[in-house]
Amino acid sequence: MIQQTNTIIELEVQNHAGVMSHITGLFSRRGFNLEGILCGQIGDGSASRMYLLVNEDKFLEQIVRQLEKLYDVRSVTIRPDYDHTLFDKLHDLIKIGKPA
Amino acid sequence: MPQMNGSEIIIRLLEKQGIEIVAGIPGGANLPLYHALSGSKIRHILARHEQGAGFIAHGMARSTGKAAVCFGTSGPGATNLLTAIADAKLDSVPIVAITGQVPSSMIGTDAFQEVDTYGMTLPITKHNFLVRSAEELLCVIPEAFRIAESGRPGPVVVDVPKDVQKESIHVDTLSEMDSPVHPKYELDLDDISLFNEMLQKSEKPVLLIGGGVIMSDAIEQVSAFARKNNIPVATTLMGLGCFPPDDLLYIGMVGMHGARYANMIMDETDLVIALGMRFDDRATGKVDAFCPNASIIHVDVDRSEIDKIKTSSLSIIADLSTALDQLLPTVEENMRSDWIEHVKSLKKNNALQPPKISDPYHPIHLLKTINQLADPDAIYTTDVGQHQMWAAQWIPITYPRQFLTSGGLGTMGFGMPAAIGAALANPEKQVICISGDGSILMNIQELATIRDHDLNVKILIFNNGNLGLVRQQQEYFYEKVYSGTQFESLPDFAVIASGFGIRSQKLGNEPDPSNALKEALDMKGPVLLDIPIHVAENVTPMVPPGSANSVMIGE
Repeated sequence: MIQQTNTIIELEVQNHAGVMSHITGLFSRRGFNLEGILCGQIGDGSASRMYLLVNEDKFLEQIVRQLEKLYDVRSVTIRPDYDHTLFDKLHDLIKIGKPA
Repeated sequence: MPQMNGSEIIIRLLEKQGIEIVAGIPGGANLPLYHALSGSKIRHILARHEQGAGFIAHGMARSTGKAAVCFGTSGPGATNLLTAIADAKLDSVPIVAITGQVPSSMIGTDAFQEVDTYGMTLPITKHNFLVRSAEELLCVIPEAFRIAESGRPGPVVVDVPKDVQKESIHVDTLSEMDSPVHPKYELDLDDISLFNEMLQKSEKPVLLIGGGVIMSDAIEQVSAFARKNNIPVATTLMGLGCFPPDDLLYIGMVGMHGARYANMIMDETDLVIALGMRFDDRATGKVDAFCPNASIIHVDVDRSEIDKIKTSSLSIIADLSTALDQLLPTVEENMRSDWIEHVKSLKKNNALQPPKISDPYHPIHLLKTINQLADPDAIYTTDVGQHQMWAAQWIPITYPRQFLTSGGLGTMGFGMPAAIGAALANPEKQVICISGDGSILMNIQELATIRDHDLNVKILIFNNGNLGLVRQQQEYFYEKVYSGTQFESLPDFAVIASGFGIRSQKLGNEPDPSNALKEALDMKGPVLLDIPIHVAENVTPMVPPGSANSVMIGE
């Protein structure tokens, strides 16, 4: 399960095919850990909201700054107030999906 | 203009953008684009390899500061462009690369010459677009230029499927290009007073300036600032040309191949004012030991550079010239006699050492001779290796955009195509490409492009038959095991050049190469000289990779 101290980054992004690549590509290229992603359309579908589960470590500030530079990212907010155990439910899903 | 297809829209928008030259190579997936180009006043430079086209764009962009354009087709055309795009990312060069892509309906089918250009260029661009319709081009193309040139410049890729290039749409008017909107960057009054407080408290401040000074056009402000408060000025490789090299305050390039005194001064300073630089590891050496006694003030337009490598006590996120305009009137005059005297004596006692031998073929003597014979405003490009570092050390670079070099990516093969781009964008200037026998072979095909346009490019190959800078590291750090660094066959570059129709000469028979160099530099048009240098000559001082800058090998 999730051992480290995690936090959630909330993003509002322009909704088109390449956005997810830009976000996940940034994490792999810069060597940041990304523990989980939740994503969904908002409003008229021109934007999406994403929740990134990340380690709360010395890289966090740098991650936020790099995310802010991405062209398709409209806003970046660190949400320590959010309940990141929400992501644990995904782990339940993964368990359900496993063959018995 | 009622009906236009995607290609015509691209070309018309490039014209409106003021683009006069495009470098590229046509292929199956960008045929419509080339068809539209044929009807335009834009001059096409046919490179012989897409990487050449990419670096020709570098030469134009780096020598002018304006975004430059290159074209490539899908698949190998795009993959060949990647190195030049990555190079532009690391050195913050505004390049717009427009690539053809297979038709939308065939994307994802492993079609002929299909690669995922969007996916591959994602980590090496400032931003990239895969265009879905001709309509989108109307905003994507101007936006690509805005992104490439605004803030911290960088490369933008626009991947255009063939059907989008052919799609015809009704266009009422092409939107006028907005001149880029520069944010105001009002400095915080508290920051200004903290800045001055730190500066007043400092007894040994240093300005450390990088390529951002050139991009922001802040040369005069930096100079005024340094002089007003008598602050010594150190530069990174990318910052060469921002401060007069013969100035008392100038301490030159820091880092792996910086002068001994430059690294010593950085070791002593108690305040580093870092302007438009990003603490690259080649400049800092071991980061923890870089400027160990100093507080840091970091001014940069890119917020993500702040505290990325080195934590600063004060950071100002702003365009440099705007920031300095606001800081300058608040800064007090200061003689700093003790510090300046000390810097002077460090400079005197730890200067770069000219060769002990008088051999005119010694690379340092060669560079001095070349510099004496060259036009004072000649543009130098380099490849990557020993010749590059000798050039950075020994050619006094007097103007911004006079020294074009691949700093961050360190791409061998950069020099000649970059020289082509510089010559195209500055037809009145002499362009000198300092290269090595390793680097020149990496884009030698562009000799044909030079011949096509009879460009005033002088290619000077410092030939030691080895990958010299790698060999040097093997000598110092790998027990003199010269694995893979010595060339077994030595091509005759003079014969190769004459095969391309370019005047050339192999030097070495005459005891003094000065006359041949003079003749080559005085002549209009392209020349290639193959100049033998001794393989045992190393670039010093050298900080071993991973060591503190205080550890320097050689003089």
